[in-house]
Amino acid sequence: MRIAFALLAAAALIALPFVTEAAGQPALLSLATRVLIYAIAAASLNFILGYGGMISFGHAAFFGVGAYTVGILFAHAGSEPLFGFIPGSKQMLITLPAALVISGLFAALIGALSLRTGGVQFIMITLAFAQMLFFFFVSLTPYGGEDGIIIRRTNDLFGLNMRDKTTLYFVILAIAALFFALLWRVVNSSFGAVLKGIRQNERRMAALGFAPYRYKLYAFVLAGMGAGLAGALMANFLRFASPDMMHWTKSGEFMIMVILGGVGSFFGPIFGAAAFLTLETFLAGWTEHWQLAMGAILLVVVLGTKGGIAGLLAKLWGARK
Amino acid sequence: MSILKVSKLVKRFGGLLATDDVSLTVEEGEIHALIGPNGAGKSTLINQLCGELRPDAGRILLGGRDITALSVPARVDLGLGRTFQVTSLLDDATCRENIAMAVQAREGLNFRIWDAVAGRARLWDQADAMLAGTPLAARSGTPVNDLSHGERKQLELLVALARKPRILLLDEPMAGLGHVESQEMIERLREIGAQTPMLLVEHDMEAVFALATRISVLVYGRIIASGSVAEIRENADVREAYLGAEDELC
Repeated sequence: MRIAFALLAAAALIALPFVTEAAGQPALLSLATRVLIYAIAAASLNFILGYGGMISFGHAAFFGVGAYTVGILFAHAGSEPLFGFIPGSKQMLITLPAALVISGLFAALIGALSLRTGGVQFIMITLAFAQMLFFFFVSLTPYGGEDGIIIRRTNDLFGLNMRDKTTLYFVILAIAALFFALLWRVVNSSFGAVLKGIRQNERRMAALGFAPYRYKLYAFVLAGMGAGLAGALMANFLRFASPDMMHWTKSGEFMIMVILGGVGSFFGPIFGAAAFLTLETFLAGWTEHWQLAMGAILLVVVLGTKGGIAGLLAKLWGARK
Repeated sequence: MSILKVSKLVKRFGGLLATDDVSLTVEEGEIHALIGPNGAGKSTLINQLCGELRPDAGRILLGGRDITALSVPARVDLGLGRTFQVTSLLDDATCRENIAMAVQAREGLNFRIWDAVAGRARLWDQADAMLAGTPLAARSGTPVNDLSHGERKQLELLVALARKPRILLLDEPMAGLGHVESQEMIERLREIGAQTPMLLVEHDMEAVFALATRISVLVYGRIIASGSVAEIRENADVREAYLGAEDELC
């Protein structure tokens, strides 16, 4: 039954570009692409928030760092090397791994400092670090300052026509599928078990011989890399990277997606990203005060469902059986 | 050589001397019981031995090695096992998964991010093997949340054993158990004690007299007497300070 459901979802995702084209709704394809990208970012936040119990309010920092990695490498492609020795690149096979490494390094630095705290301090310190990065990029005038940096062309990959929206959708779909497959393995690994244990009872885990800090930091770095990947894809999709991508409101959006979808549920962030972006698109079409309606919906989800959309689906599934 | 040696341990909370120059040892093959009235500083002492509290002075040696400055996890890695007075387990996880976590900790697989399913299944088999023959065998797949108090006490003991400790610190393993459960627990501890030395903090005098090879009495942070079961039963100071002159000594 589960496999049938997975196959159905895969078929729907593959058929989607053809359906939207036939229906004359190209905007829906672009919405679907954004959902895939945000699902990666939200799932990486869910990894530390839902599984690890770390309420990071600065997750957009790594999203932005990933995006700027693509943007800055593009700006140096075919011209002056960065810092005089790092050549730029337009190749996705180079820019994506670079974004993973750079966002992982930033996550290691920020995590190493902020994980020494806990609770409200942790929320505030991650927020503070993300805002520091935000203001750093706002003042980084060589790369556009607060206007951001324009990437004239999407990165190249295997000679594909990346200007074509459908091609780009499939590339991002493939990367998202790979990401979620990897994440599934990590969540269900020995390390994943330790992480879930630390969320439940840190004292117990210490009494078993686990030093929580190291495990949390490791998870924080992995999550930062996930967000960096999403940011790099977003930069390719928008052909643009800007400080807004790491503003605290973006971190808030990721958190809303996680909560909407279901904290600590594996597929929750996908539902959460889809629900958030769809609501945003349609509500913003009606009123510029769409956030008010979004707030009300979030309230209902938090108060009315146990475990967001994923929890609701699981309940319906259970009721049917 | 003593497996655990505590010398001249001191802990102050403001003006209160919670641990006052405490020295004690636990030898191989020994069940050393620590008794004392409420507020005597038993939990404070246990927490210093486990590493959750730092003593102000004194030393703690585990198998001859100074562990006074080590963290909780580092002490566990050196073979210090414990149970909690109020059980502390992974409440959402099953009995099996709680034990599997201890086995995993012992085997050091903790940073593996690539061993999904197959790796867990192997750990679960080991956990089930430990559960077999205990009253919890049928509860292997039950989340801790759904266990009774007595079952949690038993599970916590199994989790501590799964780590294969060189010494066990048991903080009131009988607390809150019914009569039958207590008898089972005493039997269980006797079996375990034959292999693993213990420091047993306990209020239940029946259990202490049934199990202990040596008893130390802690009053106001000081050890006022230490000796065999017979010696402690006869000790006038102990009767006065702790048991109460009129109290029945079983």
